[in-house]
Amino acid sequence: MTTPGLPLWVTVPGTLLLVAGGLLAMIGALGLVRLRDFPSRMHAPTIGTTLGSGCVLVTSMLVSSAMLGRPVAHELLITLFVVVTAPITAMLLMRAAVYRDAIRKRSRR
Amino acid sequence: MNAIFQGAAWFASLCFALAILLALVRLLRGPAAQDRVLAFDAIYMNGMLTLLMLGIRSGSLVYFGTALLIALFGFVGTVALAKFLLRGEVIEP
Repeated sequence: MTTPGLPLWVTVPGTLLLVAGGLLAMIGALGLVRLRDFPSRMHAPTIGTTLGSGCVLVTSMLVSSAMLGRPVAHELLITLFVVVTAPITAMLLMRAAVYRDAIRKRSRR
Repeated sequence: MNAIFQGAAWFASLCFALAILLALVRLLRGPAAQDRVLAFDAIYMNGMLTLLMLGIRSGSLVYFGTALLIALFGFVGTVALAKFLLRGEVIEP
């Protein structure tokens, strides 16, 4: 474990963001296991994927800017990618679920 | 303050590991195929976050590229699986 002397403007928001991100991801996974039907299970992990990853990415940005001594914004790439792709996967999966449910109902009748 | 930050980093890593385990439960138990795909989506996302936490804890920048690749290929995999569930074929002629 390196990172010896991180300044205070990194550690205070970093600590809060990391705790919040971990809790959000865990709550999302708990909802993925506990909720009853697929449409409600669909939206449980999105809290972890968007807000949790946002918290971790902001912390990563702070830490790497403090280590290099200049503003670093690599992590915006991952943030942008996650924000763009999460709705696409959700929409495709939901369409697949609706389609498969309709087929199953029709074959049962 | 630095020790508290390291403690928070460990806590977040453990939370992401636990989230992967919970999603694995859904992956193995899921009643329909779309539940398994959703669990796979949650697993690769939390794996990417775990890798970023490794980068934060060790203070190196090399894990960033790997996390970006995981996000990219995970998205491609999920879209391919969802397309397969929807149409029975991934790339249509």
